[in-house]
Amino acid sequence: MTAVSAQRPGVARRVAGRILSLWIMPVALVLWEVVTRWIQAVYFPPPSTVLVRLHELWFSGSWRTFFLTDDAIGNFLPSFTRLAIGWVLGCAVGVGVGVALGRSTRLSAYVDPLVHFGRSIPPPTLVPVFLVLFQFGGSMQVATIVFGVVWPIMINAIEGARYVDRQYLDTAQVFSLSRLDRLRRVILPAAAPKIFAGLRISVSLSLILMIISELVGSTDGIGHRMLQAQGLFDIPTTWAAIVLLGLMGFLLNTTFLLVERRILAWHRGARRTD
Amino acid sequence: MLEINHLRHSYGSHEVLGGIDLKVDEGQLLCIVGPSGCGKSTLLRSIAGLLKPTQGEILINGVPVAGTPDNLAVVFQDYSRSLFPWMSVADNVALPLRRKGMSGARRRTSALEALEQVGLEGAAAKYPWQLSGGMQQRVAIARALAYRPAFMLMDEPFGSVDAQTREDLEDLVLQVRGVHGMTIVLITHDIDESVYVGDRVVVLSKAPSRIVGDLSVGLPYPRDQIATRQLPEFVRLRADVGRLVRGVPG
Repeated sequence: MTAVSAQRPGVARRVAGRILSLWIMPVALVLWEVVTRWIQAVYFPPPSTVLVRLHELWFSGSWRTFFLTDDAIGNFLPSFTRLAIGWVLGCAVGVGVGVALGRSTRLSAYVDPLVHFGRSIPPPTLVPVFLVLFQFGGSMQVATIVFGVVWPIMINAIEGARYVDRQYLDTAQVFSLSRLDRLRRVILPAAAPKIFAGLRISVSLSLILMIISELVGSTDGIGHRMLQAQGLFDIPTTWAAIVLLGLMGFLLNTTFLLVERRILAWHRGARRTD
Repeated sequence: MLEINHLRHSYGSHEVLGGIDLKVDEGQLLCIVGPSGCGKSTLLRSIAGLLKPTQGEILINGVPVAGTPDNLAVVFQDYSRSLFPWMSVADNVALPLRRKGMSGARRRTSALEALEQVGLEGAAAKYPWQLSGGMQQRVAIARALAYRPAFMLMDEPFGSVDAQTREDLEDLVLQVRGVHGMTIVLITHDIDESVYVGDRVVVLSKAPSRIVGDLSVGLPYPRDQIATRQLPEFVRLRADVGRLVRGVPG
């Protein structure tokens, strides 16, 4: 009885706190609306105009297509596909190579300079190279995303796999774990907090690279659509694309953090009790 | 069972083990005691195959140790870094059994049995870091028991727990000794503990360490934290071991 009554105000207060902490969003929106209406600048349409355009252009479709319009499907789908393929490939290569390098001092002695050279190249500078290599079409964008995200993932995976606690490895050896078990059940989980730090960076990075690559050379995708609108001086559509990208980034990050919280729950728990 | 011949180990020019000869019989509970920094852990790591000795050889059942023997389990001092925080208690205990070709269900049953032996059947689904230090060390012991080793090494297993828990854990070791005919080597710097738990105590000198004493402990079983420690025999042995550890001639 006491436990219940003690818990209630706590939860209520937490929810109220959550809602209150969101006050900044509507205030900022209203402020933006007021300022833009007041200065009447062509390049800064009020958010109401932008949101109406966002809705009309992409989210006013039939319920059968989840309210997406043809324009949305024609541009979101290719963008998302590239993003997903690029990110997954980058993760696979980054984590795979990173863990191998982290576990082998001999291998990393050879390859480390290469890794540090590779990570120092700003990925957008390679877009022209990939354009020549892959011509127009999806593979150029995918290549740009993979090249961009692979480095932070790899660097973190190397670090994570290299500094696995000595005692974890001793324990694995004492109990004669197989090589595969040692990798899957000891090294990878031990390195997971570091690996996830790299993955977290790569989520936002992949979105940035998707747009950059589409702005430079593409016939569809959100970046391409944005460029098109800009060419037609369709300022509200350009802004609508910016808002859309902001929302996408927010959604991707939130989803990632949810997954990370689940997978690394043990890590937070163990750190709290240390 | 275990045979160590002329074992030496040096880190650079610093000699830690200065020639150790030791034989341990099957089913024995041997305590190795010595002053801190005397190379007890080096000796244990060599037996466990985690360290290649500079000189000499270690035989288990007549077979030289190269890498880690299959029939050996270790309980480390630092339980928090020896149990894996990303696995539940039951999974931690069951993990080494994967190598034995058991089915998932069999592994789980064995793990639960071992947890019951150490009085932790209720903690199977918890994570190690949700348990107290003493309970975590029990989990580590359960993991070693489930593995059914012929040979269990314990490296200052109770060095990081409070006095009350320490006594409970000592009694737990006495209780599981002889299970599956297991031979136990327990390393400690605690003189009382070595006499209370062991049926034989070997004393190491300061580095480069050598064996300076080898005593047989004739205390009756079952041992009791209070009654056993009051026996004249216990008091005499403790004094003998204490003198040997400090290097005072008896």
